[in-house]
Amino acid sequence: MSEKLVNAIAEMREEEAIQLVRDMLDTGVKPMAILDAARQAMDIIGQQYEKGVYFLPELMMAGEIMGQIAEILKPKLAESPEVKRLGRVLIGTVQGDIHDIGKNIVTFMLDANGFEVLDLGVDVPPQKFVEAVRDFQPQVVGLSGFLTLAYDSMKATIQALEEAGLRDKVKVMIGGGSVDEHVRTYTGADAYGRDAVTGVSLAKKWIGVQ
Amino acid sequence: MNPQLSPDEKREALWQGKLSPKDPQGNPLPFQSPEAEKKYKERILRVKAAIEMEKLPDRVPVTIFPSMFPWKYAGMTVQEAMYDYEKCAAAFKKFILDFDPDLQWGAYAPGPGRFFEILDYKLYSWPGHGVAPDCCYQCNEGEYMKPEEYDALIQDPTGYFIHVYLPRVFGVLGGFQMLPFFPGILEMYGLALTFIPFGLPPVQATFQALFEAGAEALKWVVPIGGLDVELATLGYPTLLGGFTKAPFDVIGDTLRGTRGIMLDIYRRPQKLLNAMEVLTPLMIQMGINSAQATGNPLIFIPLHKGADGFLSDEQFKNFYWPTLKEVILGLIEGGCVPLPAAEGGYSSRLEVVKDLPRGKTLWMIDLTDMADAKRTLGQNACIMGNVPSSLLNLGTPDEVRAYVKRIIEVAGKDGGLIISNGSFFDEAKPENVKAMVEAAKEYGGY
Repeated sequence: MSEKLVNAIAEMREEEAIQLVRDMLDTGVKPMAILDAARQAMDIIGQQYEKGVYFLPELMMAGEIMGQIAEILKPKLAESPEVKRLGRVLIGTVQGDIHDIGKNIVTFMLDANGFEVLDLGVDVPPQKFVEAVRDFQPQVVGLSGFLTLAYDSMKATIQALEEAGLRDKVKVMIGGGSVDEHVRTYTGADAYGRDAVTGVSLAKKWIGVQ
Repeated sequence: MNPQLSPDEKREALWQGKLSPKDPQGNPLPFQSPEAEKKYKERILRVKAAIEMEKLPDRVPVTIFPSMFPWKYAGMTVQEAMYDYEKCAAAFKKFILDFDPDLQWGAYAPGPGRFFEILDYKLYSWPGHGVAPDCCYQCNEGEYMKPEEYDALIQDPTGYFIHVYLPRVFGVLGGFQMLPFFPGILEMYGLALTFIPFGLPPVQATFQALFEAGAEALKWVVPIGGLDVELATLGYPTLLGGFTKAPFDVIGDTLRGTRGIMLDIYRRPQKLLNAMEVLTPLMIQMGINSAQATGNPLIFIPLHKGADGFLSDEQFKNFYWPTLKEVILGLIEGGCVPLPAAEGGYSSRLEVVKDLPRGKTLWMIDLTDMADAKRTLGQNACIMGNVPSSLLNLGTPDEVRAYVKRIIEVAGKDGGLIISNGSFFDEAKPENVKAMVEAAKEYGGY
């Protein structure tokens, strides 16, 4: 039944997936086993996105289905499950910019690939990034922005990390809108990405994941 | 407009109207110099030839289609541009005179700040209302239409907008919720009962706010619209007749939102398709009406949620393109020149969108490679673009010149090309923007 669940989630058969979760619980399958199956499905979805088979509709549906399954399982899990994470990534849309579609996709993909992601949301001031780097201690910081104004906010954020003595503790990647090598040089970021797949591979490379 | 005219005749009538411009009283528009008149007409014919792809223009036309750059160039904040209408117009005039493009798009981008305040507009954040004084306004994405409301939208889009949607996105339009069902206004018996809402304080308050908003819009449009006329007398035409949207974006941008519409593809695909079908003739009418009202043929269609990376090829072909294509063909039928702006990347869509009637559309290209665009879409459509915002902002004039030269080489050989920025930028180095215009003039001769 667990393989059926993996396939139902990975193929976006929402109602069937939810029914299977309920049936599995009724027949005594352990909540942790169900959660494992759901994670396997997320892996498949992430791979399909990287291959250019799945796009936004599938990522959004996957998020929805996972949310519902977590809701059903939560009361039945004694403690929150220990998950081995590859590393920590801090992410946010920089000050003055409230666009978040791209950032959310990158967050989803990093999460699906096993990273622990802290998403600070949109219009995040440099100081907030600095504080979060101190508290959360990420290896990678992702700065997102859609507007041309974001170039300056990205630069200011990286400078603030510099001034706080934190710049050499993290790798910084930027993405969104028209970012390219020009913007990377200007902002002082370590790399830029045009899509979520690049973001994931940068994080993997920097954190030393094979 | 004479309904007997063929689509081509309607379009030609709009172009001829542009070539013999009238003042607001209907008399021939007096130009400020014979040279300005000559330039004005040359520029229109240059752009027309590029779009129609029948004969070569004298050179590749060049234009700047910015977001807030003209006002930043003037040293103003976005907030000032939105609240001081006279200064807004003056700054835009200086921008056009200083940069000397073939085509100008009007000073409409900032919009009247006070007007949005009067309406308590919730769909966007703008300076002083959610973003800093120097930031461009930005959309607050949300689920402004609930999934269970598709049937109401499909049955009566106008009624749904009046009674449900508009009161959600404008704080002062709550009174609309109480308005009568208009198709029920039929006979004398009981008629007065239908009109009772108009006597009630919430509805009257809504109408008071509307009067005030309308007055503010008029106050704004006098200097801003007047500037189009003044720029014409100085030799700078505009061709922008209005805007419309792809039905998928109507729902995906400001009704259901990105997340909403992406889920609807799986959860209620048929309702989504039906709703887009219902919206299609309305989006065509919206474009034709405003082209006729302004006398300008170009109808801008910003394309959003169908770009590379948003949808699969199948989803694009099934959900995005059919109704957008209908809108484009409907606008052509109505005598307009559709101007879709392929924001973001469109590489994976070029093969799908390329089969359009030749010489009838103008496509603005953002991140898509211009050589690819020319090979596909550009066989039938004029393409416009695609100097990157990053280059205009952070590059050097020499880099910009080299970029423009390359576009002309790979996409300009047999006409059908206009040089412009690729996306709507706020910040840029003025010398880079100038280099873009000058390079087009220098390398663009035929």
